[in-house]
Amino acid sequence: MKAIETFQLPTAAKVNYINAEYGLKSWLLTKDHKRIALLYLGSISFFFFLGGLYAMFIRLELLTPQGDLLSSATYNKVFTQHGIIMVFFFLIPSIPATLGNFLVPMMIGAKDLAFPRINLLSWYIYLLGGFITIYALLAGGVDTGWTFYAPYSTTFSNSYVIAAGLGIFVSGFSSILTGLNFIVTIHTMRAPGMTWFRLPLFIWSHYATSLVMVLGTPVIAITILLLAFERLAHVGIFDPAAGGDPVLFQHLFWFYSHPAVYIMVLPSMGVVSELIANFSRKNIFGYKFVAFSSLAIAVFGFLVWGHHLFVASQSVYAGMIFSFLSFAVAIPSAIKVFNWTATLYKGSISYDTPMLYALGFIGLFTIGGMTGLFLASIAIDVHVSDTYFIVAHFHYIMVGGALFGYLGGLHYWWPKISGRMYPEGWGRFSALVIYVGFNLTFLPQFVAGYLGMPRRYHAYPPEFQVFNVLSSAGASILGFGLLIPAIYLVWSMRYGKHAEANPWHLPGLEWRTASPPPTENFLVTPVVTWEAYEFAPPEETRVVGFGDEGLEAADISKP
Amino acid sequence: MADSVAIEHEGSHPALQHHFENLEQQREAGTLGMWVFLVTEIMFFGGMFFAYTLYRTKYPAAFASASNHLSLTLGAVNTAVLIFSSFTMALAVYSAQTGKRRNQVVCLALTILLGLTFLGIKAVEYHDKYVDHLIPGRLLPSRPFDASDVHLLPGAAPQNVEMFYWIYFAMTGMHAVHMIIGVGLLSVILFFAWRGRYGPEYHNPVEISGLYWHFVDIIWIFLFPLLYLLGRHLEH
Amino acid sequence: MSEHIVSLKIYVSIFLALLVGTALTVWAGLHDFPGQLNVIIALTIAVVKATLVVLYFMHVRYSSRLIWVVFTSALFWLAILFALTLNDYWTRSWL
Repeated sequence: MKAIETFQLPTAAKVNYINAEYGLKSWLLTKDHKRIALLYLGSISFFFFLGGLYAMFIRLELLTPQGDLLSSATYNKVFTQHGIIMVFFFLIPSIPATLGNFLVPMMIGAKDLAFPRINLLSWYIYLLGGFITIYALLAGGVDTGWTFYAPYSTTFSNSYVIAAGLGIFVSGFSSILTGLNFIVTIHTMRAPGMTWFRLPLFIWSHYATSLVMVLGTPVIAITILLLAFERLAHVGIFDPAAGGDPVLFQHLFWFYSHPAVYIMVLPSMGVVSELIANFSRKNIFGYKFVAFSSLAIAVFGFLVWGHHLFVASQSVYAGMIFSFLSFAVAIPSAIKVFNWTATLYKGSISYDTPMLYALGFIGLFTIGGMTGLFLASIAIDVHVSDTYFIVAHFHYIMVGGALFGYLGGLHYWWPKISGRMYPEGWGRFSALVIYVGFNLTFLPQFVAGYLGMPRRYHAYPPEFQVFNVLSSAGASILGFGLLIPAIYLVWSMRYGKHAEANPWHLPGLEWRTASPPPTENFLVTPVVTWEAYEFAPPEETRVVGFGDEGLEAADISKP
Repeated sequence: MADSVAIEHEGSHPALQHHFENLEQQREAGTLGMWVFLVTEIMFFGGMFFAYTLYRTKYPAAFASASNHLSLTLGAVNTAVLIFSSFTMALAVYSAQTGKRRNQVVCLALTILLGLTFLGIKAVEYHDKYVDHLIPGRLLPSRPFDASDVHLLPGAAPQNVEMFYWIYFAMTGMHAVHMIIGVGLLSVILFFAWRGRYGPEYHNPVEISGLYWHFVDIIWIFLFPLLYLLGRHLEH
Repeated sequence: MSEHIVSLKIYVSIFLALLVGTALTVWAGLHDFPGQLNVIIALTIAVVKATLVVLYFMHVRYSSRLIWVVFTSALFWLAILFALTLNDYWTRSWL
């Protein structure tokens, strides 16, 4: 074995993916996965704040029992649009299209994704879907709930169902193409020595996510398409008046939309696995169990959709089977939680901002998951169906799970993405504010829901007001907390401290090249000779992406 | 340095893209990518196949009556046309693999021609349905659906005959869209084949377009008995 | 790992087999078999035809195991969609 190389790289390669080319065109026509990740980051942030705006109106309306701020028709549109935008245009692409896009090739030692042009195409498709949906919102909005249940959506609603559905249909293809690209990349583009069990767990979870994207999304695409035609031309397979069955729509819709929850939360679990191992500086406890539990979640996730139909005239026997299977999906999720906590045990833990988000994730995901078990039991589900209990439950998974993982990952890889450090003090402060704000928003909703407050109404009996006031107060804290990173991350792009190549002193491949990385990630193809999470003293962590020239190579413009 | 493999692009095949190590890796990625795409296609059509299965078991008489009104001859001829086109497509891949440029161009052109024949026959069938007032719902507002031309078997309700025709149009229409995309795809391939781009060393685009074409053929292999045949025996 | 070139003879025989299958399915469709046999015969012939196309025209018979897994996973998920949904429809009248 050759001499150990210097661990410290220059703060940034002189030519990196950001300054390799200038001008709008170089961004809009880029095929570099890292630049495409940034394009996605910008667009999903826009949709996140748009969706947040709708959430603000919901919480303002619910401050008082009377429906005084918004009419019930407007309120229907506001919560529908909040759901559509957050689910289809923020949560589903959030981690895969940004962090995944940026990191999947880097972590496996590839120069790019397998199909760079398709990757760019997926962003344009996403934008097209987004524009169509925004058109639907501006033209008059849509009021069916994000679930588009027939026959209301096909026959009775007077809103822009077709346009909104078309937007979702189109954006679905962007999700399919991203998943396809990941699967092929992970199979065919791994660097020499990067065996399956040396892959970081982030890669495993993205692989599982991609499976769900590829297998589930086409089903909702065809379902939405049939729905749109049914509304347009009064041909019917969902409309009972035409001999159709509206429950068929629910089956096909949830065949995708339940696994879609795992599209949101699996990548987040991948991020958390990285964060927990790396900030405990310990090999993950039970690597193979964590890796395979991702696949198990992807498979089991497809077997449980019927628990959304417990009160929808589904047969009793089907309900029992779906209930049983829903309990089964808790097993792989629990394996992950137990392995994370076991990893923390006797680790040398540092409480940097990403770790705060990861720890927050474990707690909130556990609450979200446990209440999910309540809902898998038919009797309790019948009691709390369509109440705020459900709303609180899935926000614990989608915000407490998916969003926390996203924010944690964004902070953790920010030095690599931008080449700058974010302000650590502000980072920790905002993580705490978000945690407090989140819990204050959604914990009271469990209680209100259990006591019987239904979802999707703009007015409610006065005895629920105390919970709603708490919730709205929490939402303002949460909103304020989310603004802080939005501001300092943008600020740090220009004024942040320059980041080292490996600010956290970690073994992963993405940390063994410059920050920000050069266009093809590594100047020479790395050869992997270590296990994932194999920690060594910093001076022994070899730099592999720069070849013989080491430091000087980093300054060379192009290989 | 023993641990690194230098990036070597000089002297490599012109079709090799910058981010792949060699043509073999590029070919593997292309083929796997197309297969994963076909998986999404199976799921996409799967939703419609399920709707068909559900309503056929629910309304067997109406579905049989409506199905019997379709032209068996045109359906069977179209099946043969598509199978023939799959055969010529396979031969196009074979010619590329064995480096016979002329055969490759001829086979691709034949495949496109057969694809267009299929679409032409399909258009004739659609037109027949139009003439018989069998366009479901308000797809054509000026020409509402009317099942009076269909010979109804006992227990068949006209409303459910309409549903059959909607499923028929949805499935064959979606299949036709895929055929049109396939013809477009093959036209591009034909152009490059004519320019001599594909040979024994590099022909992955021909191969994966072929995979797509065969897949569309397979969908039809199932659509033909399901839509045209089941229930035919009840008339005899 | 070089690719396998399927011989012309195989291509021609598969083509002929597919044509025979089509003729057979039309013939069987016009005959009245007892019970649900018509459906079973038609679907069996379709499955056989599709399998021939997949194995020989699409070269799966000569492909890596990965391609097999990818293809069967699609069928598996399709089976999930059918089985669990029909599990609802077929048991609605039970209770």
